[in-house]
Amino acid sequence: MTQGQKATSTILETPVPGGLWVAFTATLKRDVTLMFRRRGELLNPLVFFALVITLFPIGISPDRAVLALIAPGLLWVAALLAALLSLDSLFRTDYDDGSLEQMLLAPQPLAALSLAKVLAHWLLTGLPLALVAPLLGVTLALPLGSYAVLALSLLLGSASLSLIGAIGAALTVGIARGGVLLSLIILPLYIPVLIFGVGAVQAAVIGEGVAAHLAMLGALLAASLLLAPWAIAASLRISING
Amino acid sequence: MWTFIHKWGSPKWFYAISAKVQPWCWAVSLILIATGTVWGLAFTPTEVNQGQGDSFRIIYVHVPAAFLAQSVFVSMAAASLVFMVWKVKVADMAATVMAPFGAVMTFVALFSGAVWGVPTWGTWWMWDARLTSMLILLFLFLGVIALRSAFTRREGGSKAASVLAMVGVINIPIIKYSVDWWFTLHQSATFTLTSRPLMPMEMWLPLLIMVLGFYCFFIALTLMRTRSEILRREIDKRWVRDLIKEAQ
Repeated sequence: MTQGQKATSTILETPVPGGLWVAFTATLKRDVTLMFRRRGELLNPLVFFALVITLFPIGISPDRAVLALIAPGLLWVAALLAALLSLDSLFRTDYDDGSLEQMLLAPQPLAALSLAKVLAHWLLTGLPLALVAPLLGVTLALPLGSYAVLALSLLLGSASLSLIGAIGAALTVGIARGGVLLSLIILPLYIPVLIFGVGAVQAAVIGEGVAAHLAMLGALLAASLLLAPWAIAASLRISING
Repeated sequence: MWTFIHKWGSPKWFYAISAKVQPWCWAVSLILIATGTVWGLAFTPTEVNQGQGDSFRIIYVHVPAAFLAQSVFVSMAAASLVFMVWKVKVADMAATVMAPFGAVMTFVALFSGAVWGVPTWGTWWMWDARLTSMLILLFLFLGVIALRSAFTRREGGSKAASVLAMVGVINIPIIKYSVDWWFTLHQSATFTLTSRPLMPMEMWLPLLIMVLGFYCFFIALTLMRTRSEILRREIDKRWVRDLIKEAQ
């Protein structure tokens, strides 16, 4: 093949798309950068989390014994709601400015790109929530010895919450006021994660083994990691193409 | 084989064939439900082992409704799968009409459970494992219905509801087992009705008849409502117009 032929053939060939990993990291980096540019929004779920936790001693009782009893459940439910609240914006801006359509047209599978977006979302909401939860646990008189388990269970659980919730966010992104609808369709699917998450913390409080609960949380995460990206991708296609 | 399946996918053919099947389904379901009701309410002996008395007879509505609630969700998800994979429009119409019916059946199961709970448990509501999973199932149904109606374009709503139904059906066993796990951890010692003793034959037979009757009722009602859904969606088609002309 001469030099000239080679040149023509490269022109005629479609440009070689970047590998899957390149696209994945690029999407991840882009989303993290975009989220860091709106730092106020980044803090909102955490403030919401702290605020909801503040409501309970006021609403129920400031008695430490009462609070210690319900602390695991309260922390988990409040963290779950905070994660849910942040989901609505997961695909919203990309949908509005058209970058979602570019993702659909990209040669890389949409499932992988949406997984990168979910990972970015988890890094900046689920992870901070898991780290802040022990701090709020102190205010609720959560018994000693369960703080590490609380953080660990939220770390594992919130990743599943982000993955499952992203399906709902993708399904409702085309609907103008999809916020309440998103909660309606996603909350029932959150129940298994909640059960095992709270179960782990409660087991730690009464000094039982936590391995079974954490293993179940890990299993839920593995299952949602395997299945959710495809559902997210299909839902995004539906939201954009109708 | 394939032509047969494709025929079922054609709304016109479905409309014609279901007209022939439908009366039989109605007849069978009415006969079964009537027999089961009379037998169960009037001829079955009163429950004595657990001292429930006549209040146990509510199972003749409660159990079939609870069975149906779960079956309807699975059928709806199956119809959604057929719609998403093979683009069979009739399957989507069937899934559309199944959702409200399933929600109603779930509600009936919950309500009859609550009514039964008053004389038996002494309370309208108990966070019992089965009641809780049933309540979650009701929310899943409501979510599918709400998502479908939130879309302004019908096609988008159909596809979104189909995805949600399929995601839901994968989650139903997970929810069920996790709720069972949760309940066994929190179960109070005084409550021992979770393991039902084996039912005597004369109680069990009318229940079986009722369950079969409810299933036939489900099929008959789905056929009927799918037929009206076909007419509603295909109103622009020539064969529907001809049909309307004939009727006038």
